[in-house]
Amino acid sequence: MAEAKVPNPEFTRKVIEQGGKTVNLCFQCGTCTGSCPSGRQTAFRVRKVVRRAQLGFEEDVLPSEDLWLCTTCFTCYERCPRGVEIVDIIMALRNMAVRKGYMAEPHRKVAELISKTGHMVSLRDEDKALRKKLGLQETPPTVLSDPKMLEQVKKITELCGFDKLVASGGK
Amino acid sequence: MAKYAFFLGCIMPLRYPGIESSTREVMKSLGVELVDMQGASCCPAPGVTRSFDQNYWMSLAARNLTIAEKMGMDVLTICNGCFDTLFETAHKLNHDPELRKKVNKTLRDATGVEYNGTVNVRHFVELLYRDVGLDAIKSKVKGGKNLKAAVHYGCHFLKPSNIKKIDDAERPHVFDDIVEAAGMTSVAYKDKGMCCGAGGGVRARTPDVALKMTKENLVNMQAAGVDVIVDCCPFCHLQYDVGQVQLKELQQKIPVLHLSQLLGLAFGLEKDKLGLEVHQVKVNL
Ligand code: SF4
Ligand code: SF4
Repeated sequence: MAEAKVPNPEFTRKVIEQGGKTVNLCFQCGTCTGSCPSGRQTAFRVRKVVRRAQLGFEEDVLPSEDLWLCTTCFTCYERCPRGVEIVDIIMALRNMAVRKGYMAEPHRKVAELISKTGHMVSLRDEDKALRKKLGLQETPPTVLSDPKMLEQVKKITELCGFDKLVASGGK
Repeated sequence: MAKYAFFLGCIMPLRYPGIESSTREVMKSLGVELVDMQGASCCPAPGVTRSFDQNYWMSLAARNLTIAEKMGMDVLTICNGCFDTLFETAHKLNHDPELRKKVNKTLRDATGVEYNGTVNVRHFVELLYRDVGLDAIKSKVKGGKNLKAAVHYGCHFLKPSNIKKIDDAERPHVFDDIVEAAGMTSVAYKDKGMCCGAGGGVRARTPDVALKMTKENLVNMQAAGVDVIVDCCPFCHLQYDVGQVQLKELQQKIPVLHLSQLLGLAFGLEKDKLGLEVHQVKVNL
């Protein structure tokens, strides 16, 4: 016979602290799963993610790919009859997962680009050319054309420890 | 003339600058002045940034908000992702003094400026509906074609609706009303309101899963016989535009326009101001 898993209230408390304060309101009706556009295409069942967070099953939930199949569309959040802030729970869990090293390389690259250049995509020559043709400033009037303001972004990155998190891949 | 701090974000200025030029032209003709936010950054993108570190996400967003505060103007964005990041951050900081204290300490140390909660964050669809008004839009329409449009609201324009308070999240009408005021027909289609598939970091991490959601939407739009997809978010725009090329099995392709470009067409703007040449799906409308 399989052994029963023991709930871990300590982990649940961490989820609550990091934004998942409504996690204990869930009564497992499954409205969220029934509403989920991602679950229509995959085996991701958001109700299970909420249950695991509620019971504190850290080892089941943090390494799970399911955690990253949510598009944060908020459909479940809107429809939950118990007012469970499901997206906030998922975000709290993801924040913890990346600190355990569950950080996908494509995500790490986007995070690195934002923290180093202040933008999530790069400015290429072809973008400059089209901007000019459209009568726009060739380099947008953002941090891309203001090195001093980019320094502010880098300073915030450092103060939040985001540079270290991204460089280490959370490990 | 109403003035707004124009928040550019990333995908619009760097991948679809035609959305930027269209927005600038359309807003000017409607009497809305857009002022650049010098030194703004990525909002930052909620999918990856919020998923990695909510404190960092809010701190960078708050820095962007302080630029608008210095200008003394409300922020205007044409992107659902930027809207969500900036709106949610302002909401959280305005309602949680402890959190504001923490974020302000980081801001002070990095920039010398604090967030004070003096500006509102506006999405251009909501601004067009509430402030500019449907009649003003109608008065600018120069004839043109009556296209059958699949309106795609995306997720973060209206949701979470308990804080955004713009329209009914299940049965919204504000975006459709604007499209109709522009002389087009907004067509009903199955599961309208479904996510495009790209958000939450899904497009970057599992592009095949994102595309499955995109395809379901496209099949439903095709079945309704639409001429064009109209979005109000450069990220949904990218997912539909590039996604249709990636989904090789799709026989028929539907051109994709951001609402600013659709209004540009309806207002009779010169076509070369719309930047349609970078669209992957050819736009011959
Ligand atoms: S809809 Fe709400 S109450 Fe129902 S299972 Fe999902 S989170 Fe729990
Ligand atoms: S927010 Fe995430 S879990 Fe909820 S319905 Fe949307 S994709 Fe599914």
